[in-house]
Amino acid sequence: MLNMKQKAIVVSLLFLTLVLGFWEAYSQPPKAQEALSEYELLMGGADQEARIPPPSAIVVKAFEELSDPFYDKGPNDKGIGIQLAYSISRVLSGYFLAALIAIPVGFVIGMSPLMYRALNPYIQLLRPISPLAWMPLALFVIKDSETSAIFVIFICSIWPMLINTAFGVAGVRRDWINVARTHELSPLRTAFTVILPAAAPTILTGMRISIGIAWLVIVAAEMLVGGTGIGYYVWNEWNNLDLTSVIFSILMIGLVGMLLDLVLNAAARLVQYQE
Amino acid sequence: MSAHFLQVQNLSKRFVNKNQPPLTVFENVSFNIAKGEFVCIIGHSGCGKSTIMNTLSGLDIPTEGTVIMDGKEVKGPSLDRGIVFQNYSLLPWLSALDNVRFGVKARWPEWSKQKVLQHSLEYLELVGLKGAENRKPSQLSGGMRQRVSIARAFATQPKLLLLDEPFGALDALTRGVIQDELVKICSKTNQTVFMITHDVDEAILLADRILLMSNGPNAVIAESVVVDIPKPRQRGDIIKHPGYYELRNHLVDFLVNRSSMEHYRGQKGIVSSNPIKSIPNPLKAQAIPA
Repeated sequence: MLNMKQKAIVVSLLFLTLVLGFWEAYSQPPKAQEALSEYELLMGGADQEARIPPPSAIVVKAFEELSDPFYDKGPNDKGIGIQLAYSISRVLSGYFLAALIAIPVGFVIGMSPLMYRALNPYIQLLRPISPLAWMPLALFVIKDSETSAIFVIFICSIWPMLINTAFGVAGVRRDWINVARTHELSPLRTAFTVILPAAAPTILTGMRISIGIAWLVIVAAEMLVGGTGIGYYVWNEWNNLDLTSVIFSILMIGLVGMLLDLVLNAAARLVQYQE
Repeated sequence: MSAHFLQVQNLSKRFVNKNQPPLTVFENVSFNIAKGEFVCIIGHSGCGKSTIMNTLSGLDIPTEGTVIMDGKEVKGPSLDRGIVFQNYSLLPWLSALDNVRFGVKARWPEWSKQKVLQHSLEYLELVGLKGAENRKPSQLSGGMRQRVSIARAFATQPKLLLLDEPFGALDALTRGVIQDELVKICSKTNQTVFMITHDVDEAILLADRILLMSNGPNAVIAESVVVDIPKPRQRGDIIKHPGYYELRNHLVDFLVNRSSMEHYRGQKGIVSSNPIKSIPNPLKAQAIPA
């Protein structure tokens, strides 16, 4: 008998085959009744209707792109690896910049009820703003599209980290603080040896939410600022009417997002503890 | 010096609420503890035992009164006073060894890594946890966790050890074993101990002196009973001691009948102490329901 895990894999593959099978079957162009005219050949077949490319075409495209992911043939034709690398580097710089500010500020808000009350209204006001709404202002102030994209990532990933850090720090058990106090630890050592490890799982949860949001936002941001990156790539291929590349890059966006989440999940597991 | 190692003078704790008369948890609490003495405090829930302990540790501030240890006023928590909490208060992300090491490092920051490790291992071994050093608290039984907590407190070699119902959450068998270990360690190190307990037999086994608290609010220390059964004591032997049952009956009678008596209210100082025979005839008729 198969165990649960193996059964899940079988069912999973079954779904995949079904979906891809139907997709493949229904996206074939109709057979031409007579020989194609020169014009029809030039337009890519007798079909008057544009169709979503079949999975087989995407697999071919993926193989083609992934066999040489880092080629660079000028501004309009770069390998998928290069585009993803641009996007990831923007996400990571904005993200770590946000962490650098969110975690210490979250600490202060979590430790001090006064600071919590003083800053909470601003957080509540700024948090629901769509990160892209900042873009025009960022472009005007920063005057550089690259940095503006990083700023947008920064502003969207700061909130979950800030709120979770504050929440985690405020929720550290009184007993553990008392352990620090009875051992005469300085405030700084208390913060690093007791509060930080105690709040780390909550902080990491915030960081995981943030990286997810950052990856969602970078695609839209790059569609706006253009030039490089996976978001630009998707939009550029749409302008080229190359739907195969669009679908391929959508899948790559999903894949990279999943990998980022896996990394943060692994980090979260490192700091997890059981009470 | 040895007579008044710890002086507790006129301690009281009141909570003031708007539109309500202030609630006095306890008042006029004064007692001394000599160096090397083991003192237990017994009383019903709500009489403020834990608050007294927290005041001794420096974690809590009394409304009135002072605590003087070793000639110095207690103004905040200090490594000179080690605490074993009822819920162990181990840091769950640290292994048993690291929890002890946490205390040792805080006590002697100048020590080398090797020395800290050696010292910590020594105390873990003392409480019988050799072989479990690398386990996290969640992987230890309740009794083992409390042992780690005791090891952490003893390893810092505090001048005063405060135990807040340390065995309250343990089953009777485990409790017995760890009590025996505590007896052994304390007699070896001549540790001064102040301990909260609900368990009369535990108090008789461990204490040189037992403080009895009347019920709150307005709780006071009603009596101080000296346990004159010679040390070291064995669990099996003390029940054969001629004074054991008289002592035990006296304590139980206090908890059941006398602790709620009105006449303790507002009392200054400790009403009565040993010899037991000299305790005024308990006026049961005056007992008011708790």
